Amino acid sequence: MNAEQVRARAEQFLSRFTEAGAVHVETAVLQPADLLLDLYGEDIRARAFVTRDPVRGEFMLRPDYTVPVARMVMETGGRPARFAYLGPVWRMQPPDSDRPAETLQVGYEIFGNGDRAAADAELFGLFCELLAPAGLTVTVGDMGILLAAVDSLETHDRRKAALRRHLWRPNRFRRLLDGFSGARPDESIRPGLRRESGDQSPPLIGLRSEAEIEARLAELAAEAASPPVGPAQVKGLEAVLNLRGTMTSALAELEELTGVLPALSPAIDVLSNRRDAMRSVGINIDHLRFSTGHGRRSMEYYDGFVFGFESPQTRGTVPVASGGRYDALTGILGGGTTVPAVGGVIRPEVLLACKEGAAWPG
Amino acid sequence: MAGLKLGIPAKGRLRLAAVDWLGSVGLTVIPADSDREYAGHLSGDSRIEPVFLPASEIPGELDAGQLHLGVTGQDLIRERLPFRTTRVAELLPLGFGFAELVIAVPDAWADVVSVDDLDAVAGAFRNVHGRPLRIATKYHNLVRSFLAERELADYRLVDSQGATEATVRNLTAEAIADITATGQTLRANHLRILDDGMILSSQAVLAASHSAPWRGDDRSTLLGLADRAGFSLPVGLGT
Repeated sequence: MNAEQVRARAEQFLSRFTEAGAVHVETAVLQPADLLLDLYGEDIRARAFVTRDPVRGEFMLRPDYTVPVARMVMETGGRPARFAYLGPVWRMQPPDSDRPAETLQVGYEIFGNGDRAAADAELFGLFCELLAPAGLTVTVGDMGILLAAVDSLETHDRRKAALRRHLWRPNRFRRLLDGFSGARPDESIRPGLRRESGDQSPPLIGLRSEAEIEARLAELAAEAASPPVGPAQVKGLEAVLNLRGTMTSALAELEELTGVLPALSPAIDVLSNRRDAMRSVGINIDHLRFSTGHGRRSMEYYDGFVFGFESPQTRGTVPVASGGRYDALTGILGGGTTVPAVGGVIRPEVLLACKEGAAWPG
Repeated sequence: MAGLKLGIPAKGRLRLAAVDWLGSVGLTVIPADSDREYAGHLSGDSRIEPVFLPASEIPGELDAGQLHLGVTGQDLIRERLPFRTTRVAELLPLGFGFAELVIAVPDAWADVVSVDDLDAVAGAFRNVHGRPLRIATKYHNLVRSFLAERELADYRLVDSQGATEATVRNLTAEAIADITATGQTLRANHLRILDDGMILSSQAVLAASHSAPWRGDDRSTLLGLADRAGFSLPVGLGT
């Protein structure tokens, strides 16, 4: 594999994307660090290259295209459009890894199509068509199913909000759920600090106010007095989290779970509409692998359909291609205006490494 | 002509303790003269050349292979070489320079005793103030990887190279992560360590560089030191 071959392959993908109606766009390499830190959290610093301008402050070398493209769309009014791009992204790698810090991404993003099932199917169909010869393992998932399962819980909104906030952090999610269901005394809902009587209460310093402290103490007390989430619902939620199978078997299993998790129904409709839309663009969905967990360890901005194309060589490292729906992200970037958005990228270096039978370095 | 370069902290208590320890293993530091405290030699072994430099620079010089050996804090090694580089090996804990890297919050935060509490507060803080909760530190890598492992959300690290305990009072941070020996400075600044907020319990160590040029003589010098100080050599070091 050499750079010209990779580039040539990527160009082929790009021209298929423009043929499908996408406008070829380029974005700045230097992205405002503040924005990326807000979106990804502090962890991005350990993964992206940070650089600084003495006057304008910190920038990051573009770690992916989705955020810069979505930002560009939202800053120019969020009109419906399809965009394609091809260029390098940069990710820091640990010193014991042979994975390159600079790799190409070629991608396709659909903005503003309110028929989400159709847009999801259009994107996924293109990726299936382009990657079919590579014989990869394809997995789809749906973050909307997980969000709906959480919403189904018969408990107060604060608990649901806490679970939603940590949907992408499996360990913390598990601990919260264990606490809310009484599976073990939860450290996150301990009733605050116990001071020795007679201790002087310390002076309050910092920006966080007395009212904020009082509010949380009241929440902790209310939490301690709240009934646990029932075992049937916890089992249902766990079943949703662990659901793996084909698209068809998953839909059937989810349907059964609506008995204990009624709010799943609208999310199941979304999923089955997407299946129908996929079928109508000619995707063979009979053996398509579905996993609700797919996407939980990926980008935090995906909030609906997610997919990944992997080969045995890339398992656990970087997928050959991946993508998903990120409507909520457009809301954050658009200052409240949300536009339906779905997109994905192909990593041509990874694809060609797999075809040559070489493992993509871990 | 000395061959093996040994980094020694140039100043302060760490220098005194390091010089004491070297004396205890038969390597007495002889200053060149009273006006040049950063130059000298070791009376016990002329093949070892002492190099005095700030403790915080010793990890980087070991990593770069400019020093063969160095005495410095584990906290500094792990912060400066965040990926636990295979180029530097910690050979021997030295029993001095004890310090703990901890997360501390205002003592008045009666609702916060654990990292889990801090996570919940960070979420609420962002909703109320419209920005992430700030944690001041100079140990960015250690703190970030600890908090990533604990899956803390909605926080930002802000850089503080000194007087970190004052940042909360000065409204430039909501919490801090800093080195403490006794916790006294934290208490005096109305800060309290989280129950599970210990990021690293550190002490001074003798560390060795895999990337330094180890010549035949250097290796036998190191073996002699290992014998006197009572440590064994990691596989591959000095070869």
